[in-house]
Amino acid sequence: MRFMVIVKGNAESEAGVLPNEKILSEMGKFNEELVKAGVMLAGEGLHPSSKGVRVKFEGSKRTVTDGPFSETKELIAGFWLWQVKSKEEAIEWLKRAPFDGGTEIELRQVFEAEDFGSEFTPELREQEERLRAQIAEKQQ
Amino acid sequence: MTTSDIHRAIDAVWRIESAKLIAGLARLVRDIGLAEDLAQDALVAALERWPESGIPEKPGAWLMTTAKHRAIDLLRRKTLLDSKHEELGRELEAREQTMPDFDAYLDDDIGDDLLRLVFTACHPVLSTEARVALTLRLLGGLTTEEIARAFLVPEPTVAQRIVRAKRTLAEARVPFEVPRGAELAARLSSVLEVIYLIFNEGYSATQGSDWMRPALCEDALRLGRILAELAPHEPEVHGLVALMEIQASRTRARLGPTGEPILLLDQDRARWDQLLIRRGLAALKRAERLGGSLGPYALQAAIAACHARARAAAETDWERIAALYDALAELAPSPVVELNRAVALSMAFGPAAGLGLVDALTEEPSLKSYHLLPSVRGDLLAKLGRFEEARAEFERAAVLTRNTRERELLLARARRCVSERAMQK
Repeated sequence: MRFMVIVKGNAESEAGVLPNEKILSEMGKFNEELVKAGVMLAGEGLHPSSKGVRVKFEGSKRTVTDGPFSETKELIAGFWLWQVKSKEEAIEWLKRAPFDGGTEIELRQVFEAEDFGSEFTPELREQEERLRAQIAEKQQ
Repeated sequence: MTTSDIHRAIDAVWRIESAKLIAGLARLVRDIGLAEDLAQDALVAALERWPESGIPEKPGAWLMTTAKHRAIDLLRRKTLLDSKHEELGRELEAREQTMPDFDAYLDDDIGDDLLRLVFTACHPVLSTEARVALTLRLLGGLTTEEIARAFLVPEPTVAQRIVRAKRTLAEARVPFEVPRGAELAARLSSVLEVIYLIFNEGYSATQGSDWMRPALCEDALRLGRILAELAPHEPEVHGLVALMEIQASRTRARLGPTGEPILLLDQDRARWDQLLIRRGLAALKRAERLGGSLGPYALQAAIAACHARARAAAETDWERIAALYDALAELAPSPVVELNRAVALSMAFGPAAGLGLVDALTEEPSLKSYHLLPSVRGDLLAKLGRFEEARAEFERAAVLTRNTRERELLLARARRCVSERAMQK
C-alpha cells in the first residue's frame, strides 16, 4: 500500500527560509535510508505559498487568487510517497524522520481500486474507467 | 497502545529490520540458519518485553544487541565442542568491547552484509524454489505462511524447503561473501532470476482463476529497488528494476470490469501508473548510463519502455521494438523471444512478416504446450483473413492455457472468427 506523507508548512517554510545544513544533511540521510529500503517512491519540497495560486470554482465562474495564503498550519510544504506493507510500517518509518520543534506530519493512505472491495462493483469500476478515459481524452 | 497495536508495531519493526539483522548476524556467526534463529529469538524477546517497556528509541539496535548477546551465550556453550567456535566467541566478545556503539557498527557495513545475504540466499547450490523461499523469508521479511499462501503450496512444504535450504548451504560450506571476478556475473544473474520469478509469480498466476497476486509483485519490486542501491554499478540490476516498474505500472489496466485479462494493446492507458512509468524510465536510463551494450533485462525494459512512451497503442514504435527484439534474440535466444520478435515484426511490417517466423516455431518442442504460440498464430491468421485456420488456433490455445479467464478470452476470439468467416462469404 502507498502512503502520502504530508509535511505541513510553518512560518519559516512560508518565508522561503531554506533549512540549515544540519537539517539538510539529516534529511538527506533519512531519504537515503528510505531509498535503500525500497520504500520511497517519490518526494518533493514545495515553494512557499507566495509563489502559488488558488482557483475557486462557482458554477461556470473561475476565480484565481494569488498567494501567499494566511492559514499557515493548513498549508503543505512538501510530501513523500511511500510504498509499505502496512500503516504500522509507515508509522515506524516516519518516527525515524529527523523532525523536531513540534512539527506535525500527516500520514494518509492512497486509494487503490482494491480498497473498495466488494462495494466496488463491476458497474462502478466500469463507470470509473469511463471517467478516467474521459479525463485522459480531455488532457490530450 | 493495546497489546495488538504493539504487536502490529513490532511486526512493522521486524519488516524494516529483519534483513539487516540477519545479514549482520550471519557475518558474525557465518551461518545464515543460525543467524535467522538468533534474530527470531531477539524478536521473541521483543514481543515479551516491548508491550511493557514500550518500543525502544532505536529498535534495530535493541534487536541486534539482544541477538548478539544470545550469539555469545550460544557460542560459549558450544566452546567445549568446537574450537573454531571458541575463537569466534572470543572474537565476538572482543568486538563487543571495542565497539559498543552497535548502531554505528550496523550502519557502516550493513550494505555489504545485505549484499552477502542476497548472494547466499540465491546461491546456485540451491534449487530455484529454495532460493525463492529463502529470499522472501530472509530479505523480504515474509513469514512461512505468507510465502505458502502466495505460491499456493502447503505451509509445511515451504517450512521444509527453507530448513533444507539452510542445511544445504551449511553442508556445502557456502561462504558468506559477495562473489568476485568471473563468478560475479553468473551469481548476479541467479539473484536477478529469483527476483524476476517472484515478480512474475505475482504478475500472472499460472494456475486457477486468480489472475493477480499483486503482493508478490510489490515484494519483488522492493527487493529490486533495494538491490539497485546495494549494487548501483550493475546495469542489469537497473534493467530488471526498470522492467518490473514498467510492467507493474500496468497492473490497474490489466483487468476488465468482470476480472478478465486485457491485452497490452487494448488497455486503457489512462489507467497506467505514471509514477511507476517514470521510475522505470529513470531506472532504464541508469542502466544505459553505465555504458556497454544492454543486457537481456535492460533490453526487455527498453521494449516495455517503448509501450510506456506511446500515448496510444497506434503510436507504438514497432520498428524500434522489432530492432530491440533482434538484439535480444541474439543475446538470449529462446523460442519465447522468437515468438515475441514475430509479433513485433508483424506489427512493424504487416502480419505476413511475422507469420513465417511463427510457422517455423510450430516445430519447436519446448513450445508444444505453450498457449501463446497458437494464440499469436491465430491472431496473425485472423489479420490475414484466414479465419478458419485462426479459429482452430484460438481453440487450441484455449485448451492449453491454465488460466480460466484467459481461456474465456480465447474462446471468444474463436467464436468471433466464425462470424467473421460468415461475413466473408
